[in-house]
Amino acid sequence: MADPMKIRATLQGNTADVRILMRHPMETGTRKTASGVVPIHFIQSVVVTHNGKTVIDAQWSQAVSRDPFLGLRIKDAKVGDKIGVTWTDNKGDKRTDEVTVTAGA
Amino acid sequence: MKNLRRDFLKLSVGICATAAAATIGLLKTGAAWAATWNKEGFESKAAADAQKSLGATTLIDSKDITITAPDIAENGAIVPVAVTSKIPNTQSISIIAEKNPFPLAASFDISAGGEAYISTRLKMGQTSNVRAIVKADGKFYTAIKEVKVTVGGCG
Repeated sequence: MADPMKIRATLQGNTADVRILMRHPMETGTRKTASGVVPIHFIQSVVVTHNGKTVIDAQWSQAVSRDPFLGLRIKDAKVGDKIGVTWTDNKGDKRTDEVTVTAGA
Repeated sequence: MKNLRRDFLKLSVGICATAAAATIGLLKTGAAWAATWNKEGFESKAAADAQKSLGATTLIDSKDITITAPDIAENGAIVPVAVTSKIPNTQSISIIAEKNPFPLAASFDISAGGEAYISTRLKMGQTSNVRAIVKADGKFYTAIKEVKVTVGGCG
């Protein structure tokens, strides 16, 4: 079971600044250990929704760093809006987390 | 003894290539993926092929695309890259690290509700150009930035 993501969504004007930190090994399939090559294991797809509507649909390769970070901005957001993030990796593992937009400084 | 060492060295050098082959094998067996995943693009080994897989045959250089990345990245395993596009109707942003074993690193489809800005962290094997390809109104725009990598993030 995948670890939960850390998501922060703060309102700046009427734009939500969203920062997502996922927990994932993001193995490239080229790394070696004493017991051989570590099999490839990475997040392929990340979908970010705003009140249920998709705003960003990302496709990734293994070149994204371990414990991936994704920052994005969502237009016309309000405090209390729901931001959902779902990732799927190449082994079919999935994780969805949801936060609400909070007022920014 | 000497021979062994030779073989080992050869093996290490060849590792990126062999692992790449193994990868493709693995990828093919894990069939049930999101339909949108650009398999061809993510598996191409040349930046030009990756670019083609996006449908971008002609690229227009644009000053409206900003790539924010360090000039020198000390650790190739974590290279922060952000791309901002000021081109109206930006539909997608793709990032290509030209000298990576698989150059196409990530591709972001942006819907109307999202701003044309993304920020993430990439692995880079060696010093290379990072190219952003922005699709807007069916046209492809591009910008590049060189990132010098002191310690590669390949493995």
